[in-house]
Amino acid sequence: MERAAVLERLSIARAPIRWRTVTVRDVVDETPQARTLVLDVPDWPGHVAGQHVDVRLTAEDGYQAQRSYSIASAPEDQRLALTIERLDDGEVSPYLAGEVRPGDEFEIRGPVGGHFTWRVQDGGPLLLVAGGSGLVPLMAMLRHRAAQGSDVEARLLLSARSLGDVFYRDELSALDGVRVSYTLTRERPADWNGYDRRVDAEILADVGPAASADPLIFVCGPTAFVEQAAESLVSLGHEPGAIRTERFGPTGR
Amino acid sequence: MSPISRGFRGRRTEVDPSRVPPGQYVVNDFPVLSAGPTPHTPLDEWSFTIHGAVDEPTSWSWEEFLALPTETFTVDIHCVTKWSKLDTSWTGVSVDTLFEGVETEADFVTAWSDGDYTTNIPLEDLTGGRAWVVHTFGGEPLEPEHGGPARLLVPHLYFWKSAKWVRGLTLTIEDEPGFWEAAGYHNYGDPWKEQRYWSD
Repeated sequence: MERAAVLERLSIARAPIRWRTVTVRDVVDETPQARTLVLDVPDWPGHVAGQHVDVRLTAEDGYQAQRSYSIASAPEDQRLALTIERLDDGEVSPYLAGEVRPGDEFEIRGPVGGHFTWRVQDGGPLLLVAGGSGLVPLMAMLRHRAAQGSDVEARLLLSARSLGDVFYRDELSALDGVRVSYTLTRERPADWNGYDRRVDAEILADVGPAASADPLIFVCGPTAFVEQAAESLVSLGHEPGAIRTERFGPTGR
Repeated sequence: MSPISRGFRGRRTEVDPSRVPPGQYVVNDFPVLSAGPTPHTPLDEWSFTIHGAVDEPTSWSWEEFLALPTETFTVDIHCVTKWSKLDTSWTGVSVDTLFEGVETEADFVTAWSDGDYTTNIPLEDLTGGRAWVVHTFGGEPLEPEHGGPARLLVPHLYFWKSAKWVRGLTLTIEDEPGFWEAAGYHNYGDPWKEQRYWSD
């Protein structure tokens, strides 16, 4: 990445990053494994789509645990939303995606991250490639695009185990001017006509846009997924510098 | 004063608290975080360079680099995204060895990598047996997704300072923020002071 571009990204969110107590306003189940928490955040400084926050939980005896979660809501949305997938052997996600109910409080700080971000003025075409819950920061970008009434060309390729594992399904099908493609890697409906395997170069070539269109590319998902998708995109001729990635390992969240 | 998160108990692990910095949790696997695709530079095109504010730039080919004296050591590593991994074992060349014979008036270093990644570190944090360029992890060649063929290792700072795919060190008179340092992360990154973000 060009140094100038890095410095230009400095201009986002230079408010001090301090802990704020948030109140859970609403809880929305997305899938059996994931839920969205809609939060009231006092004095939220605003964010850019793609950024994340740190969450800190405090037990009665003072024990604390921190994790990072991507922001699902658009900067334009009134309330901050996080979508959290429950990892059964996790420490924080089973609480956030299971225990928490409206009125509960915990702390967040952010927004954090100045690289994996997109604003409509960054232009396009946009290619978003998501594996599972890697959809969350990319959804913030699509919601931002919609809120701005942007006509930037946008495509989303989403890999999930089954249709039941797809977050925001109704909202995705209602997005204006976004071509959404699915690949289901484990379980498919009988009449399924989408892709049916792990993301590879052939699927990515099919979904497009071609490297000659110079798309801005964001890939988010588990490490192995991101490695495979990013490598395939490079093999199709996309500039490595145009491919931004965010990975999470098995215990990363 | 932090509010109590109703019903949160946590899942505490039996670890020596003196080895886990504030806000961190211990993992057993090795998560990967990178801002872009994993580069794959062929070893016959690989080199390692020390340049910038030095009297004489120095460079090693992969073969020359492997011929340098190595150290094998075990350290704890701490990622700014909250995971810590204890007792990781590495083999590589001490930065002190690389700097033998290098004359400089610089106080700062920018480590740079394939994939255009950079990170800035005070020179005194790279010397005195506190930093290495490593090519072996747990007795095996370092995998590309973890920074192979070689990465910088500065275990006393957050792990983003341990640049993957490192290809050189540029000595600088002024401190110049690197990739994450310019994107809101802390300029120095001491995990024991929880210096995660620029305002910490």
